[in-house]
Amino acid sequence: METIPANGPVIDFRDVVYTLPNGQPLLQNLNLQVQGGETLVLLGRSGSGKTTTLKLINRLLTPSGGEVRVNGALTAENDVIRLRRSIGYVIQDVGLFPHFTVERNIGLVPRIEGWPAERIQLRVEELLQLVRLDSQIASRYPHQLSGGQRQRVGVARALAADPAILLMDEPFGAVDAITRDQLQREFLSLQQRLNKTVVFVTHDLREALRLGSRIALMEAGRLVTVLSPQDFLRSSDPLAAAYVQAFGEGLDSAANRGTS
Amino acid sequence: MNVFYFFLQHHEEILDLTLEHLWLVGISTLLAVLIGIPLGIVSAHWPVWNKPILGTANIIQTVPSLALFGFLLPVPWIGARADRLAILALTLYALLPVIRNTYTGIRGVDPSVVEAGRGMGLTDRQLVFQVELPLAVSVILSGVRVAVVVSVGLATIAAAIGAGGLGEFIFRGLAMVNNELILAGAIPAAILALSADFGLGWLERRLRPR
Repeated sequence: METIPANGPVIDFRDVVYTLPNGQPLLQNLNLQVQGGETLVLLGRSGSGKTTTLKLINRLLTPSGGEVRVNGALTAENDVIRLRRSIGYVIQDVGLFPHFTVERNIGLVPRIEGWPAERIQLRVEELLQLVRLDSQIASRYPHQLSGGQRQRVGVARALAADPAILLMDEPFGAVDAITRDQLQREFLSLQQRLNKTVVFVTHDLREALRLGSRIALMEAGRLVTVLSPQDFLRSSDPLAAAYVQAFGEGLDSAANRGTS
Repeated sequence: MNVFYFFLQHHEEILDLTLEHLWLVGISTLLAVLIGIPLGIVSAHWPVWNKPILGTANIIQTVPSLALFGFLLPVPWIGARADRLAILALTLYALLPVIRNTYTGIRGVDPSVVEAGRGMGLTDRQLVFQVELPLAVSVILSGVRVAVVVSVGLATIAAAIGAGGLGEFIFRGLAMVNNELILAGAIPAAILALSADFGLGWLERRLRPR
Protein backbone atom coordinates (compact mmCIF):
# COMPACT_ATOMS: atom_id res chain seq x y z
CA MET A 1 0.00 0.00 0.00
CA GLU A 2 1.06 3.57 -0.64
CA THR A 3 1.50 5.98 2.20
CA ILE A 4 -2.02 6.99 3.07
CA PRO A 5 -2.40 10.39 4.64
CA ALA A 6 -3.84 9.77 8.10
CA ASN A 7 -7.62 10.05 8.07
CA GLY A 8 -7.55 10.82 4.38
CA PRO A 9 -10.36 9.39 2.30
CA VAL A 10 -9.78 5.93 0.84
CA ILE A 11 -11.57 6.92 -2.36
CA ASP A 12 -11.59 10.52 -3.49
CA PHE A 13 -13.44 12.00 -6.48
CA ARG A 14 -12.47 15.55 -7.39
CA ASP A 15 -14.41 17.44 -10.06
CA VAL A 16 -14.88 14.23 -11.96
CA VAL A 17 -16.56 14.36 -15.34
CA TYR A 18 -17.34 11.38 -17.51
CA THR A 19 -18.51 11.86 -21.06
CA LEU A 20 -19.28 9.18 -23.63
CA PRO A 21 -17.24 9.27 -26.86
CA ASN A 22 -20.35 10.67 -28.60
CA GLY A 23 -20.33 13.66 -26.26
CA GLN A 24 -23.18 12.59 -24.01
CA PRO A 25 -22.28 13.44 -20.41
CA LEU A 26 -22.92 10.65 -17.92
CA LEU A 27 -21.36 12.27 -14.90
CA GLN A 28 -20.89 15.94 -14.15
CA ASN A 29 -18.62 17.54 -11.64
CA LEU A 30 -18.61 14.80 -9.05
CA ASN A 31 -16.98 15.50 -5.69
CA LEU A 32 -17.23 12.63 -3.26
CA GLN A 33 -15.06 11.11 -0.55
CA VAL A 34 -15.36 7.61 0.83
CA GLN A 35 -13.84 7.01 4.26
CA GLY A 36 -12.10 3.83 5.36
CA GLY A 37 -14.45 1.19 6.79
CA GLU A 38 -17.68 2.86 5.77
CA THR A 39 -20.39 1.56 3.47
CA LEU A 40 -21.23 4.31 1.06
CA VAL A 41 -24.40 3.61 -0.88
CA LEU A 42 -24.89 5.22 -4.27
CA LEU A 43 -28.64 5.55 -4.62
CA GLY A 44 -30.35 6.62 -7.80
CA ARG A 45 -32.49 5.69 -10.77
CA SER A 46 -31.09 3.91 -13.78
CA GLY A 47 -29.09 6.40 -15.79
CA SER A 48 -28.29 8.52 -12.76
CA GLY A 49 -24.58 7.73 -13.06
CA LYS A 50 -24.14 5.43 -10.06
CA THR A 51 -22.66 2.50 -11.96
CA THR A 52 -20.45 4.90 -13.92
CA THR A 53 -19.17 6.27 -10.63
CA LEU A 54 -18.40 2.76 -9.42
CA LYS A 55 -16.52 1.81 -12.58
CA LEU A 56 -14.36 4.92 -12.31
CA ILE A 57 -12.96 3.54 -9.06
CA ASN A 58 -11.46 0.36 -10.55
CA ARG A 59 -10.82 2.12 -13.84
CA LEU A 60 -13.19 0.06 -15.94
CA LEU A 61 -13.87 3.63 -17.07
CA THR A 62 -11.40 6.52 -17.13
CA PRO A 63 -12.58 10.00 -16.18
CA SER A 64 -12.89 12.53 -18.99
CA GLY A 65 -12.03 15.26 -16.50
CA GLY A 66 -11.04 15.66 -12.87
CA GLU A 67 -9.29 13.01 -10.84
CA VAL A 68 -10.06 9.84 -8.93
CA ARG A 69 -7.73 8.80 -6.14
CA VAL A 70 -7.64 5.46 -4.36
CA ASN A 71 -5.55 5.41 -1.20
CA GLY A 72 -4.20 8.77 -2.15
CA ALA A 73 -2.85 7.68 -5.53
CA LEU A 74 -4.32 8.76 -8.84
CA THR A 75 -6.00 5.76 -10.46
CA ALA A 76 -4.95 7.07 -13.86
CA GLU A 77 -1.30 6.69 -12.92
CA ASN A 78 -1.57 3.34 -11.17
CA ASP A 79 -0.93 -0.03 -12.79
CA VAL A 80 -4.52 -0.82 -13.68
CA ILE A 81 -4.17 -4.60 -13.19
CA ARG A 82 -2.69 -4.12 -9.69
CA LEU A 83 -5.41 -1.61 -8.88
CA ARG A 84 -8.21 -3.96 -9.90
CA ARG A 85 -6.76 -6.93 -8.06
CA SER A 86 -6.64 -4.86 -4.88
CA ILE A 87 -10.35 -4.06 -5.15
CA GLY A 88 -13.14 -6.63 -4.83
CA TYR A 89 -15.88 -6.35 -7.44
CA VAL A 90 -19.38 -7.83 -7.31
CA ILE A 91 -21.97 -7.21 -10.02
CA GLN A 92 -25.66 -7.92 -10.35
CA ASP A 93 -25.30 -10.67 -12.95
CA VAL A 94 -22.54 -12.06 -10.73
CA GLY A 95 -20.44 -12.92 -13.77
CA LEU A 96 -19.25 -16.25 -12.42
CA PHE A 97 -17.21 -18.12 -14.99
CA PRO A 98 -19.57 -20.87 -16.20
CA HIS A 99 -16.68 -23.18 -17.15
CA PHE A 100 -15.03 -22.96 -13.71
CA THR A 101 -16.12 -24.80 -10.59
CA VAL A 102 -17.10 -22.76 -7.54
CA GLU A 103 -13.66 -23.46 -6.13
CA ARG A 104 -11.84 -22.17 -9.21
CA ASN A 105 -14.12 -19.16 -9.42
CA ILE A 106 -13.39 -18.14 -5.84
CA GLY A 107 -9.69 -18.89 -6.15
CA LEU A 108 -9.24 -16.98 -9.40
CA VAL A 109 -7.45 -13.86 -8.18
CA PRO A 110 -5.23 -15.78 -5.74
CA ARG A 111 -4.35 -18.16 -8.58
CA ILE A 112 -3.36 -15.46 -11.06
CA GLU A 113 -1.50 -13.79 -8.22
CA GLY A 114 0.54 -16.96 -7.93
CA TRP A 115 -0.50 -18.23 -4.50
CA PRO A 116 0.55 -21.84 -3.79
CA ALA A 117 -2.24 -24.38 -4.31
CA GLU A 118 -2.62 -25.38 -0.64
CA ARG A 119 -3.01 -21.79 0.43
CA ILE A 120 -5.67 -21.20 -2.22
CA GLN A 121 -7.56 -24.26 -1.08
CA LEU A 122 -7.51 -23.17 2.55
CA ARG A 123 -8.63 -19.71 1.55
CA VAL A 124 -11.52 -21.08 -0.51
CA GLU A 125 -12.72 -23.19 2.41
CA GLU A 126 -12.47 -20.23 4.73
CA LEU A 127 -14.44 -18.03 2.34
CA LEU A 128 -17.17 -20.60 1.77
CA GLN A 129 -17.65 -20.70 5.52
CA LEU A 130 -17.65 -16.92 5.69
CA VAL A 131 -20.51 -16.61 3.17
CA ARG A 132 -22.27 -19.61 4.76
CA LEU A 133 -22.00 -22.06 1.93
CA ASP A 134 -21.53 -25.76 2.38
CA SER A 135 -18.00 -26.83 1.45
CA GLN A 136 -19.53 -29.56 -0.71
CA ILE A 137 -20.53 -27.07 -3.38
CA ALA A 138 -16.87 -26.27 -4.06
CA SER A 139 -16.77 -28.78 -6.88
CA ARG A 140 -20.04 -27.67 -8.50
CA TYR A 141 -20.50 -25.44 -11.51
CA PRO A 142 -22.37 -22.12 -11.36
CA HIS A 143 -25.37 -23.46 -13.33
CA GLN A 144 -25.92 -26.02 -10.57
CA LEU A 145 -26.44 -23.31 -7.94
CA SER A 146 -29.45 -21.26 -6.89
CA GLY A 147 -29.48 -17.49 -7.43
CA GLY A 148 -28.71 -16.82 -3.77
CA GLN A 149 -25.85 -19.30 -3.74
CA ARG A 150 -24.40 -17.72 -6.85
CA GLN A 151 -24.46 -14.28 -5.25
CA ARG A 152 -22.65 -15.68 -2.22
CA VAL A 153 -20.00 -17.22 -4.42
CA GLY A 154 -19.68 -13.84 -6.14
CA VAL A 155 -19.08 -12.15 -2.80
CA ALA A 156 -16.61 -14.85 -1.74
CA ARG A 157 -14.74 -14.44 -5.02
CA ALA A 158 -14.50 -10.68 -4.53
CA LEU A 159 -13.12 -11.19 -1.03
CA ALA A 160 -10.62 -13.86 -2.05
CA ALA A 161 -7.42 -11.82 -2.05
CA ASP A 162 -8.62 -9.86 1.00
CA PRO A 163 -9.01 -6.47 -0.69
CA ALA A 164 -9.52 -3.44 1.53
CA ILE A 165 -12.10 -2.03 -0.86
CA LEU A 166 -15.24 -3.72 -2.12
CA LEU A 167 -17.34 -2.43 -5.01
CA MET A 168 -20.86 -3.86 -5.25
CA ASP A 169 -23.16 -3.06 -8.15
CA GLU A 170 -26.73 -4.04 -7.22
CA PRO A 171 -25.44 -7.38 -5.99
CA PHE A 172 -28.77 -8.42 -4.49
CA GLY A 173 -30.97 -7.06 -7.27
CA ALA A 174 -31.74 -10.30 -9.05
CA VAL A 175 -32.80 -12.55 -6.17
CA ASP A 176 -36.18 -13.06 -4.51
CA ALA A 177 -37.26 -10.96 -1.54
CA ILE A 178 -36.58 -13.56 1.12
CA THR A 179 -33.11 -14.38 -0.19
CA ARG A 180 -32.35 -10.68 -0.51
CA ASP A 181 -33.32 -10.09 3.10
CA GLN A 182 -31.03 -12.92 4.15
CA LEU A 183 -28.14 -11.70 2.02
CA GLN A 184 -28.51 -8.17 3.37
CA ARG A 185 -28.46 -9.42 6.93
CA GLU A 186 -25.35 -11.46 6.23
CA PHE A 187 -23.73 -8.52 4.51
CA LEU A 188 -24.20 -6.45 7.66
CA SER A 189 -22.71 -9.04 9.96
CA LEU A 190 -19.88 -9.66 7.51
CA GLN A 191 -19.14 -5.97 7.25
CA GLN A 192 -19.08 -5.67 11.03
CA ARG A 193 -16.35 -8.31 11.18
CA LEU A 194 -14.33 -7.40 8.10
CA ASN A 195 -14.63 -3.63 8.18
CA LYS A 196 -14.02 -3.14 4.45
CA THR A 197 -14.47 0.12 2.64
CA VAL A 198 -17.57 -0.60 0.58
CA VAL A 199 -19.20 1.31 -2.25
CA PHE A 200 -22.62 -0.15 -2.89
CA VAL A 201 -24.89 0.70 -5.82
CA THR A 202 -28.65 0.29 -5.53
CA HIS A 203 -31.93 1.84 -6.62
CA ASP A 204 -33.74 0.45 -3.60
CA LEU A 205 -34.12 3.00 -0.79
CA ARG A 206 -34.87 0.28 1.76
CA GLU A 207 -31.60 -1.46 0.93
CA ALA A 208 -29.72 1.84 1.04
CA LEU A 209 -31.13 2.72 4.47
CA ARG A 210 -30.40 -0.71 5.82
CA LEU A 211 -26.85 -1.20 4.59
CA GLY A 212 -25.38 2.26 4.21
CA SER A 213 -23.44 4.29 6.72
CA ARG A 214 -23.97 7.15 4.29
CA ILE A 215 -26.20 7.49 1.25
CA ALA A 216 -25.10 9.42 -1.82
CA LEU A 217 -28.20 10.34 -3.81
CA MET A 218 -27.63 10.70 -7.54
CA GLU A 219 -29.82 11.98 -10.34
CA ALA A 220 -29.08 12.57 -14.03
CA GLY A 221 -25.31 12.42 -13.68
CA ARG A 222 -25.10 14.65 -10.64
CA LEU A 223 -24.57 14.00 -6.97
CA VAL A 224 -27.58 15.55 -5.24
CA THR A 225 -26.66 15.08 -1.60
CA VAL A 226 -24.85 12.79 0.82
CA LEU A 227 -26.73 11.95 4.00
CA SER A 228 -26.74 9.45 6.83
CA PRO A 229 -29.73 7.07 6.75
CA GLN A 230 -31.32 8.90 9.69
CA ASP A 231 -30.94 12.28 8.05
CA PHE A 232 -32.14 10.95 4.73
CA LEU A 233 -35.56 10.21 6.19
CA ARG A 234 -35.91 13.72 7.55
CA SER A 235 -34.28 15.49 4.62
CA SER A 236 -35.99 18.50 3.13
CA ASP A 237 -34.34 17.84 -0.21
CA PRO A 238 -37.20 17.39 -2.67
CA LEU A 239 -35.66 14.35 -4.39
CA ALA A 240 -34.84 12.60 -1.10
CA ALA A 241 -38.37 13.36 0.09
CA ALA A 242 -39.78 11.94 -3.13
CA TYR A 243 -37.85 8.73 -2.53
CA VAL A 244 -39.10 8.47 1.03
CA GLN A 245 -42.64 8.99 -0.15
CA ALA A 246 -42.33 6.47 -3.00
CA PHE A 247 -41.10 3.76 -0.67
CA GLY A 248 -43.88 4.47 1.82
CA GLU A 249 -44.35 3.59 5.44
CA GLY A 250 -42.16 1.77 7.87
CA LEU A 251 -38.80 3.06 6.62
CA ASP A 252 -37.80 4.28 10.07
CA SER A 253 -37.22 0.78 11.30
CA ALA A 254 -35.14 0.00 8.22
CA ALA A 255 -32.58 2.75 8.72
CA ASN A 256 -29.08 1.61 9.63
CA ARG A 257 -28.28 2.45 13.23
CA GLY A 258 -25.12 0.44 12.96
CA THR A 259 -21.97 1.37 14.77
CA SER A 260 -19.79 1.42 11.70
CA MET B 1 -21.55 -55.84 -58.16
CA ASN B 2 -18.86 -54.58 -60.50
CA VAL B 3 -18.14 -51.73 -58.11
CA PHE B 4 -17.55 -54.19 -55.29
CA TYR B 5 -15.02 -56.21 -57.32
CA PHE B 6 -13.38 -53.01 -58.48
CA PHE B 7 -12.89 -51.91 -54.87
CA LEU B 8 -11.44 -55.29 -53.96
CA GLN B 9 -9.04 -55.25 -56.86
CA HIS B 10 -7.88 -51.67 -56.33
CA HIS B 11 -7.99 -51.53 -52.56
CA GLU B 12 -4.33 -50.57 -52.27
CA GLU B 13 -4.57 -47.66 -54.64
CA ILE B 14 -7.83 -46.52 -53.01
CA LEU B 15 -6.17 -46.60 -49.60
CA ASP B 16 -3.16 -44.64 -50.87
CA LEU B 17 -5.25 -41.94 -52.46
CA THR B 18 -7.52 -41.75 -49.42
CA LEU B 19 -4.48 -41.15 -47.20
CA GLU B 20 -3.22 -38.53 -49.62
CA HIS B 21 -6.64 -36.91 -49.52
CA LEU B 22 -6.64 -36.95 -45.73
CA TRP B 23 -3.21 -35.36 -45.71
CA LEU B 24 -4.30 -32.50 -47.98
CA VAL B 25 -7.39 -31.86 -45.87
CA GLY B 26 -5.62 -32.34 -42.54
CA ILE B 27 -2.71 -29.99 -43.20
CA SER B 28 -4.87 -27.30 -44.75
CA THR B 29 -7.38 -27.44 -41.88
CA LEU B 30 -4.56 -27.21 -39.36
CA LEU B 31 -3.16 -24.16 -41.13
CA ALA B 32 -6.61 -22.59 -41.35
CA VAL B 33 -7.11 -23.10 -37.60
CA LEU B 34 -3.67 -21.66 -36.79
CA ILE B 35 -4.30 -18.58 -38.91
CA GLY B 36 -8.07 -18.26 -38.58
CA ILE B 37 -8.45 -18.35 -34.79
CA PRO B 38 -6.00 -15.47 -34.16
CA LEU B 39 -7.69 -13.48 -36.95
CA GLY B 40 -11.07 -14.20 -35.37
CA ILE B 41 -9.79 -13.02 -31.98
CA VAL B 42 -8.45 -9.83 -33.56
CA SER B 43 -11.70 -9.05 -35.35
CA ALA B 44 -13.74 -9.72 -32.21
CA HIS B 45 -11.60 -7.37 -30.12
CA TRP B 46 -10.83 -4.58 -32.54
CA PRO B 47 -13.98 -3.71 -34.50
CA VAL B 48 -11.84 -1.76 -37.00
CA TRP B 49 -10.36 -5.03 -38.23
CA ASN B 50 -13.64 -6.88 -38.38
CA LYS B 51 -14.71 -5.73 -41.85
CA PRO B 52 -11.36 -6.05 -43.66
CA ILE B 53 -10.68 -9.53 -42.23
CA LEU B 54 -14.12 -11.06 -42.68
CA GLY B 55 -14.54 -9.23 -45.99
CA THR B 56 -11.34 -10.65 -47.42
CA ALA B 57 -12.18 -14.16 -46.26
CA ASN B 58 -15.61 -13.75 -47.82
CA ILE B 59 -14.19 -12.66 -51.17
CA ILE B 60 -11.77 -15.59 -51.25
CA GLN B 61 -14.73 -17.87 -50.67
CA THR B 62 -16.44 -16.56 -53.79
CA VAL B 63 -13.53 -17.34 -56.14
CA PRO B 64 -14.30 -20.57 -58.04
CA SER B 65 -11.93 -23.26 -56.86
CA LEU B 66 -10.47 -24.16 -60.25
CA ALA B 67 -9.78 -20.48 -60.91
CA LEU B 68 -8.09 -20.13 -57.50
CA PHE B 69 -5.76 -23.02 -58.34
CA GLY B 70 -4.96 -21.21 -61.58
CA PHE B 71 -4.28 -17.89 -59.82
CA LEU B 72 -1.89 -19.51 -57.39
CA LEU B 73 0.08 -21.36 -60.08
CA PRO B 74 2.55 -18.49 -60.78
CA VAL B 75 3.30 -17.91 -57.07
CA PRO B 76 7.04 -18.75 -56.63
CA TRP B 77 7.55 -21.46 -54.00
CA ILE B 78 3.92 -22.44 -53.84
CA GLY B 79 3.39 -23.03 -57.55
CA ALA B 80 6.41 -25.28 -57.79
CA ARG B 81 4.57 -28.29 -56.38
CA ALA B 82 0.97 -29.28 -56.88
CA ASP B 83 0.39 -30.41 -53.29
CA ARG B 84 1.65 -27.10 -51.86
CA LEU B 85 -0.67 -25.28 -54.16
CA ALA B 86 -3.63 -27.45 -53.26
CA ILE B 87 -2.95 -27.05 -49.53
CA LEU B 88 -2.76 -23.28 -49.85
CA ALA B 89 -6.00 -23.11 -51.79
CA LEU B 90 -7.80 -25.39 -49.34
CA THR B 91 -6.45 -23.36 -46.42
CA LEU B 92 -7.79 -20.16 -47.94
CA TYR B 93 -11.24 -21.69 -48.36
CA ALA B 94 -11.27 -23.07 -44.83
CA LEU B 95 -10.40 -19.67 -43.32
CA LEU B 96 -13.84 -18.11 -43.55
CA PRO B 97 -15.80 -20.56 -41.37
CA VAL B 98 -12.99 -20.64 -38.80
CA ILE B 99 -12.63 -16.85 -38.57
CA ARG B 100 -16.37 -16.25 -38.60
CA ASN B 101 -17.11 -18.78 -35.87
CA THR B 102 -14.24 -17.59 -33.68
CA TYR B 103 -15.64 -14.08 -34.00
CA THR B 104 -19.21 -15.18 -33.29
CA GLY B 105 -18.14 -17.44 -30.43
CA ILE B 106 -16.18 -14.72 -28.65
CA ARG B 107 -18.87 -12.11 -29.24
CA GLY B 108 -21.39 -14.54 -27.78
CA VAL B 109 -19.65 -14.82 -24.42
CA ASP B 110 -21.86 -13.33 -21.69
CA PRO B 111 -20.66 -9.69 -21.30
CA SER B 112 -21.13 -9.83 -17.53
CA VAL B 113 -18.61 -12.67 -17.36
CA VAL B 114 -16.05 -10.68 -19.33
CA GLU B 115 -16.70 -7.57 -17.28
CA ALA B 116 -16.36 -9.44 -14.01
CA GLY B 117 -13.05 -10.86 -15.23
CA ARG B 118 -11.79 -7.46 -16.28
CA GLY B 119 -12.94 -5.90 -13.03
CA MET B 120 -11.08 -8.53 -11.03
CA GLY B 121 -7.86 -7.67 -12.78
CA LEU B 122 -7.43 -10.29 -15.49
CA THR B 123 -5.06 -9.08 -18.19
CA ASP B 124 -6.29 -9.03 -21.79
CA ARG B 125 -4.32 -12.18 -22.51
CA GLN B 126 -5.80 -13.96 -19.48
CA LEU B 127 -9.28 -12.89 -20.56
CA VAL B 128 -8.78 -14.36 -24.03
CA PHE B 129 -7.19 -17.64 -23.00
CA GLN B 130 -8.95 -18.37 -19.72
CA VAL B 131 -12.39 -16.97 -20.39
CA GLU B 132 -13.27 -16.17 -23.99
CA LEU B 133 -11.70 -19.06 -25.89
CA PRO B 134 -12.82 -21.80 -23.47
CA LEU B 135 -16.38 -20.44 -23.61
CA ALA B 136 -16.31 -20.08 -27.40
CA VAL B 137 -14.71 -23.44 -28.09
CA SER B 138 -17.81 -25.32 -29.23
CA VAL B 139 -18.79 -22.54 -31.64
CA ILE B 140 -15.23 -22.46 -33.03
CA LEU B 141 -15.27 -26.24 -33.43
CA SER B 142 -18.48 -26.12 -35.41
CA GLY B 143 -16.70 -23.73 -37.79
CA VAL B 144 -13.82 -26.19 -38.09
CA ARG B 145 -16.32 -28.91 -38.82
CA VAL B 146 -17.82 -26.95 -41.69
CA ALA B 147 -14.30 -26.23 -42.98
CA VAL B 148 -13.34 -29.91 -42.94
CA VAL B 149 -16.48 -31.12 -44.69
CA VAL B 150 -16.12 -28.48 -47.41
CA SER B 151 -12.39 -29.26 -47.78
CA VAL B 152 -12.97 -32.97 -48.30
CA GLY B 153 -15.17 -32.14 -51.28
CA LEU B 154 -12.94 -29.38 -52.62
CA ALA B 155 -9.81 -31.49 -52.36
CA THR B 156 -11.15 -33.80 -55.06
CA ILE B 157 -10.72 -30.90 -57.49
CA ALA B 158 -7.05 -30.62 -56.52
CA ALA B 159 -6.44 -33.69 -58.65
CA ALA B 160 -7.03 -31.45 -61.68
CA ILE B 161 -3.68 -29.78 -61.01
CA GLY B 162 -2.00 -33.07 -60.17
CA ALA B 163 -2.08 -32.81 -56.38
CA GLY B 164 -3.42 -36.34 -56.00
CA GLY B 165 -6.11 -37.44 -53.59
CA LEU B 166 -9.38 -39.18 -54.36
CA GLY B 167 -10.06 -36.74 -57.17
CA GLU B 168 -7.63 -38.81 -59.26
CA PHE B 169 -10.23 -41.56 -59.57
CA ILE B 170 -13.00 -39.12 -60.31
CA PHE B 171 -11.13 -37.31 -63.08
CA ARG B 172 -9.90 -40.59 -64.56
CA GLY B 173 -13.40 -41.99 -64.44
CA LEU B 174 -14.82 -38.89 -66.11
CA ALA B 175 -12.23 -39.10 -68.88
CA MET B 176 -12.85 -42.80 -69.44
CA VAL B 177 -16.61 -42.58 -68.87
CA ASN B 178 -16.16 -45.25 -66.20
CA ASN B 179 -18.64 -45.16 -63.32
CA GLU B 180 -16.72 -47.60 -61.14
CA LEU B 181 -13.70 -45.30 -61.19
CA ILE B 182 -15.82 -42.27 -60.30
CA LEU B 183 -17.42 -44.15 -57.41
CA ALA B 184 -14.00 -45.33 -56.21
CA GLY B 185 -13.21 -41.65 -55.61
CA ALA B 186 -16.64 -40.43 -54.57
CA ILE B 187 -17.57 -43.09 -52.02
CA PRO B 188 -14.42 -42.85 -49.85
CA ALA B 189 -14.63 -39.04 -50.06
CA ALA B 190 -18.22 -39.14 -48.85
CA ILE B 191 -17.26 -41.50 -46.02
CA LEU B 192 -14.41 -39.18 -45.02
CA ALA B 193 -16.72 -36.16 -44.95
CA LEU B 194 -19.40 -37.97 -42.97
CA SER B 195 -17.03 -39.34 -40.37
CA ALA B 196 -15.31 -35.98 -39.91
CA ASP B 197 -18.71 -34.38 -39.52
CA PHE B 198 -19.79 -36.96 -36.98
CA GLY B 199 -16.53 -36.99 -35.00
CA LEU B 200 -16.19 -33.22 -34.74
CA GLY B 201 -19.89 -32.88 -33.99
CA TRP B 202 -19.49 -35.24 -31.09
CA LEU B 203 -16.47 -33.31 -29.79
CA GLU B 204 -18.38 -30.06 -30.16
CA ARG B 205 -21.23 -31.32 -27.98
CA ARG B 206 -18.82 -32.60 -25.36
CA LEU B 207 -17.01 -29.28 -25.10
CA ARG B 208 -20.11 -27.11 -25.05
CA PRO B 209 -20.09 -25.09 -21.84
CA ARG B 210 -23.13 -25.57 -19.67
